[in-house]
Amino acid sequence: MASALINVPAKAGRGDVIEIKTLMSHIMESGFRRTAAGEIVPRDIITSFTCRYNGTEIFRADLFPAISANPFISFFTVAKESGKLEFEWVGDNGFASTASASITVE
Amino acid sequence: MQHPPNSSRRQFLGLAGGAAVLGALPVVIVRPAEATPAMLASAIQTVTGGAAVRIGKVKLDIPPLVENGNTVPMTVSVASPMTANEYVKSIHVFNEKNPQPNIGNFHIGPWAGRAQVSTRIRLADSQKVVAIARLSDDSFWSASADVIVTLAACTEEVN
Repeated sequence: MASALINVPAKAGRGDVIEIKTLMSHIMESGFRRTAAGEIVPRDIITSFTCRYNGTEIFRADLFPAISANPFISFFTVAKESGKLEFEWVGDNGFASTASASITVE
Repeated sequence: MQHPPNSSRRQFLGLAGGAAVLGALPVVIVRPAEATPAMLASAIQTVTGGAAVRIGKVKLDIPPLVENGNTVPMTVSVASPMTANEYVKSIHVFNEKNPQPNIGNFHIGPWAGRAQVSTRIRLADSQKVVAIARLSDDSFWSASADVIVTLAACTEEVN
């Protein structure tokens, strides 16, 4: 079970621009490294990250091997209504993980 | 017996020095135009579809000197009012010398409020990092930064 860290303000004023920070635990094996025996270590990365705000996609990222291990991504959105932010990571070898956070907008 | 090795060493040093000068010159002269290797150019072409990329509006925050290329903090921000009519559609980040030219594509919209994305990236060598933003009118703007990397990512052996 992969673990995620999400940082979303619990409360925000309507119309405020809020920062969302996410960190997903993942090796992000680039597929370009070799073992001491010279064999290539197969690629194992997260390829896609999506954030939905009350069901509407507000942020999507395509990730490549050049993203560091345990990918950290931060971005902004306008706090328009109270509700739920859902996060989804999809990657190689059937990797899929989700997380969510709720926000109260006043 | 001393003479031949000495002279060949001198020749070698002379050649190496000359090569270094030759190598350095084009970098200095060509940089403003197309100093970027073909892979980077074609990766950018894939995103822009051949549209002109202008320099400006984009700010790429990345340390100029990093010790560890495995995790380099990077922030891209774009000067945009982020209104319904004028906003940033996506931000794309590329590199010059990693095995693969892409770093990440980030899709945002007018609801973001602020066109800014941060992440941590890998750099396999001292190189140029390029950020390109696609605006709502489908124009492309870019910024680039040179980063010196002391310990490279990607190349080490796995134990």
